[in-house]
Amino acid sequence: MENRQTYTVSIYTENKLGILNRISGIFLRRHINIESMNISKSEIKSVSRFTLLVKVTEEQIKKIIGQIEKQVEVIKAYYHTDEDTIYQESCLFKLSSQSLIANDEIQTIINSSKSRIININKDFFVLEKSGTKEEIEELYHTLDKHGIMQFVRSGRIAITKDEMKISTLLLENN
Amino acid sequence: MTTKTQTQSNGASKQKLHISGAEAVVKCLLEEGADLIYGYPGGAIMPVYDELYKYEDKINHVLTRHEQGATHAAQGFARATGKVGVAIATSGPGATNLITGIADAQIDSTPLVCITGQVASHLLGSDAFQETDIVGISTPVTKWNYQITKASEIPEIFAKAFYIAKSGRPGPVLIDITKDAQFEMFDFEYEKCTSVRSYKAKPDVSLDKVKEAAELINSAKKPMIVFGQGVILGQAEEEFKAFIEKANIPSAWTILGLSALPTAHELNVGMVGMHGNYAPNVLTNQCDLLIAVGMRFDDRVTGDLNRYAKQAKVIHFEIDPAEIDKNVKADVAVLGDVKQTLADILPLINKNSREAWLNEFAELDKIEYEKVQKEDLYPTKDGLTMAEVLKEINIASGGDAIIVSDVGQHQMFACRYAKFNKTKSNITSGGLGTMGFALPASIGAKMGMPDREVVMIAGDGGYQMNIQELGTILQTKAAVKIVVLNNEFLGMVRQWQQLFFDRRYASTEMTNPDFVAIAKGYSIDAKKVTKREDLASSVKEMMDSKDAYFLEVCVEKENNVFPMIPTGASVSDIRLE
Ligand SMILES: Cc1ncc(C[n+]2csc(CCOP(=O)(O)OP(=O)(O)O)c2C)c(N)n1
Repeated sequence: MENRQTYTVSIYTENKLGILNRISGIFLRRHINIESMNISKSEIKSVSRFTLLVKVTEEQIKKIIGQIEKQVEVIKAYYHTDEDTIYQESCLFKLSSQSLIANDEIQTIINSSKSRIININKDFFVLEKSGTKEEIEELYHTLDKHGIMQFVRSGRIAITKDEMKISTLLLENN
Repeated sequence: MTTKTQTQSNGASKQKLHISGAEAVVKCLLEEGADLIYGYPGGAIMPVYDELYKYEDKINHVLTRHEQGATHAAQGFARATGKVGVAIATSGPGATNLITGIADAQIDSTPLVCITGQVASHLLGSDAFQETDIVGISTPVTKWNYQITKASEIPEIFAKAFYIAKSGRPGPVLIDITKDAQFEMFDFEYEKCTSVRSYKAKPDVSLDKVKEAAELINSAKKPMIVFGQGVILGQAEEEFKAFIEKANIPSAWTILGLSALPTAHELNVGMVGMHGNYAPNVLTNQCDLLIAVGMRFDDRVTGDLNRYAKQAKVIHFEIDPAEIDKNVKADVAVLGDVKQTLADILPLINKNSREAWLNEFAELDKIEYEKVQKEDLYPTKDGLTMAEVLKEINIASGGDAIIVSDVGQHQMFACRYAKFNKTKSNITSGGLGTMGFALPASIGAKMGMPDREVVMIAGDGGYQMNIQELGTILQTKAAVKIVVLNNEFLGMVRQWQQLFFDRRYASTEMTNPDFVAIAKGYSIDAKKVTKREDLASSVKEMMDSKDAYFLEVCVEKENNVFPMIPTGASVSDIRLE
């Protein structure tokens, strides 16, 4: 397929039940896998923001944005390339406390990877790291040989370099 | 038994009523002017039905024989009247039976409000008796849906539902109401909805785009219009006519655009698409400007997109921004309600006669007439054709009837040959192609427009998919004229089997019952025609009848619909035989 690339999709919606179902259905119908998804509140009261990542062509993403915006409770949807956004993912590692005591290599990894310990007890400790997907992946590989007990990564969150005029839009629509 | 207590709201004329959720549902319907509705009761919606009993003098609730019939009847009502259709069902199986009609309404942009009962809110998610996640099920096929669990939500949600269903590009909305919310008492107050914060019914019109479009039209030598239901939904028939007449642009229609422009209009050049007319299909690939008005370039219209009007510039008049560039790339997209945009463009376009270009359509028409229509309409063989039945209906109705067709060969014959003088007169399932649509839809159309003649045309297959609605006719006395064109086959599928599957007629032959006896069993006057000499008089007898009437016409078993664009072919490769 021509020129598939990763797009970050930002969707501002009313905070209402069922909207997740409608949005995911749009991707499902077109057989497009959502690589990651994050839903949170936004800078505007009672408005939610979806951030999701898909690998598609530009033509596809344009059409999908049109279908998303058609949903009654969607205020506005945007798509962006990596260059247009500042983005982060976050992850947690659970590792045995033993490994921390046994060698100081882990300590070095923690320091150089800019991750931090957010919880520790006699059995395990939890390491948190925010960064790009690549940074997180790199850390994963370094820690892998020390035995990762659990690993979890969040969806991408992203802030666009361009302005998104949701507040003005909301005023206009009213 | 009265539960009404009235409390005065602070001095204003509005009164707060302390009523149940169920009564509020009925009040909301009355506020929205929905006094003719279709449905089927059951446990989870009984409180609402109990209120409907109380309000019998104000709301006519029609008991269909199946919930699918209720949605199709509501669709027929909506399509014939231009108002919002309403269908009601109970939870679980009642709700799921609505789905086909909802999906049909969604793809054909028909405004519907569907109301379903739901199990009590404390049982939600527990697999309770007759619990179905109807909000989940209907999400992909509704414009909007909502589950009400508190009576106090009812007025706002109903107001919003009606507004969303009918505004912008219309569509179906579903409201699911838990049983406890129907019983709950609250202070009712109703206010109509005029806007929803996150929803923009109509895009802003850009005058620059209107100007750009006008310039393209003025410089075009061979422009052609394809119009769809947008003209009807936007009530823009007059604006459309003025527009095409000023610039003398040949105008072809999609199956849902049919009747927006009178058949006899000299700029009406016929139907586009798979079984459309020869001239507009062939000339789609010769025009220098294709102007799409309120249509969405369905694949049944365009055939192979890579060979569709590639030589032409494209202008797309459309209310739904998501339709722009979806299938065909537009050089100029004129967003907005066509009633407005066509009025805006009128003063900007030049008068033009375009005689030579219009003649090209006329020449190709002659070819189609000689090769196809003549034998369809005036057959030299003994067997009756579907087209000649349509011809007789045209004669008897004078083109003033509402024609409701089902899905199959007869549908294509009906759309190709029925004549229309008035708008909103062609009612058919276009986008979904739902067999079983016509009988209930014709009931809705007739009840919505009692002064108009409503003629339903179905095949022996589709007629039997909702034949139980004869019971609704028996009970309501809706004077629908039912025409079944019986070829003892699922004709359209058989045609494909003949053309593309080496005549292997897998499961398309039908052994049919005595249709006349069945109609008579429902106290409907009925007649069967097998010979040509009886056709005209029988059609006339049917049309003269003041009551419902059933006419079975035994037509040739293996007739085909031509012209035809085989799937995947280009529109200009349309076959005449
Ligand atoms: C609900 C449904 N099921 C199946 C089809 C597929 N289908 C399209 S046309 C057709 C045959 C219709 O036969 P009939 O109603 O006898 O009409 P005819 O084509 O003979 O005029 C079928 C089965 C459909 N459109 N809708």
